[in-house]
Amino acid sequence: MRARVFVTLKPSVFDPQGRTIAEALHSLGYAKVDDVRQGKYFELDLQTEEASAARTLAAEVADKVLANPVIESYRIEVD
Amino acid sequence: MKFGIVVFPGSNCDEDAFHAAKAVFGQEAEYLWHKDTALKSADVVILPGGFAHGDYLRTGAMARFSPIMSAVRAFAERGGPVLGICNGFQILLEAGLLPGAMLRNRGLKYRCEHVHLRVEQTDTPFTAAAVVGQVLRIPIGHGEGNYFAPADTLETIEKNRQVVLRYTDPHGNVDEAWNPNGSVNAIAGLCNEARNVVGMMPHPERACEALLGGVDGRAVFESVLKTFRLADLRRAQVPA
Repeated sequence: MRARVFVTLKPSVFDPQGRTIAEALHSLGYAKVDDVRQGKYFELDLQTEEASAARTLAAEVADKVLANPVIESYRIEVD
Repeated sequence: MKFGIVVFPGSNCDEDAFHAAKAVFGQEAEYLWHKDTALKSADVVILPGGFAHGDYLRTGAMARFSPIMSAVRAFAERGGPVLGICNGFQILLEAGLLPGAMLRNRGLKYRCEHVHLRVEQTDTPFTAAAVVGQVLRIPIGHGEGNYFAPADTLETIEKNRQVVLRYTDPHGNVDEAWNPNGSVNAIAGLCNEARNVVGMMPHPERACEALLGGVDGRAVFESVLKTFRLADLRRAQVPA
């Protein structure tokens, strides 16, 4: 199975890169873009055919390595 | 005393730290390769600046899995003095040896300049020869030195007097205009609860000789020498 892990800064953490991108978009005239948060995206190929096992494994990997729980949170999609 | 200087693939201030320990302060120094598993009887361990493991994923994130880090962790838990400079500080944070995390600099730019630091605490092995309130002028060079900790952690850190150095103006006043990276509470250096592990973004090893534009970084090395001499004296005074 494949797990997709989306890591983003927690809402309480200021994202200077996201802010800069938003300002760039505003200067290009995209006034309807309220805010931008930049993150990381991982694709994990897993040796399991079971969605729940894939999700558990991906969460373990995200907790231990992919995300820093002090500043980041993550979301997992499995298919 | 003997300095152990850890070398990760991508470290680039290891030779500067080695030079400061050996040539400037006349101490023993030895490199510790990241795949080593022992500290070769080092009395103090320095995690130097650079881009360990290319800073892949996050700064310092991969380095904490290097074999040498188990030995560094055990050494720290025994009370051994450990100093993380710049990338070394980031590694200590990722390894959980110090609380908090680093974010991209507030202004997004890599900052390479001299900054002013106020010494907040002198009961650590790396500030013992300084005076509380003393202002040190030491260079920084980093893109991710924007220290962050959640509010509750921050409260604990401040209550425990774990903030060792703060960015200030040249007179020692905290002023956001003189905070180079946006660090919360202007935190430039931090110790653990046991006070033997210290992380700092500025580079004391680059400020030990007048030729390099300043000698304020000597205070950090003199502190660890002083701490070691005192420990030696205390050992000598124990009756046989």
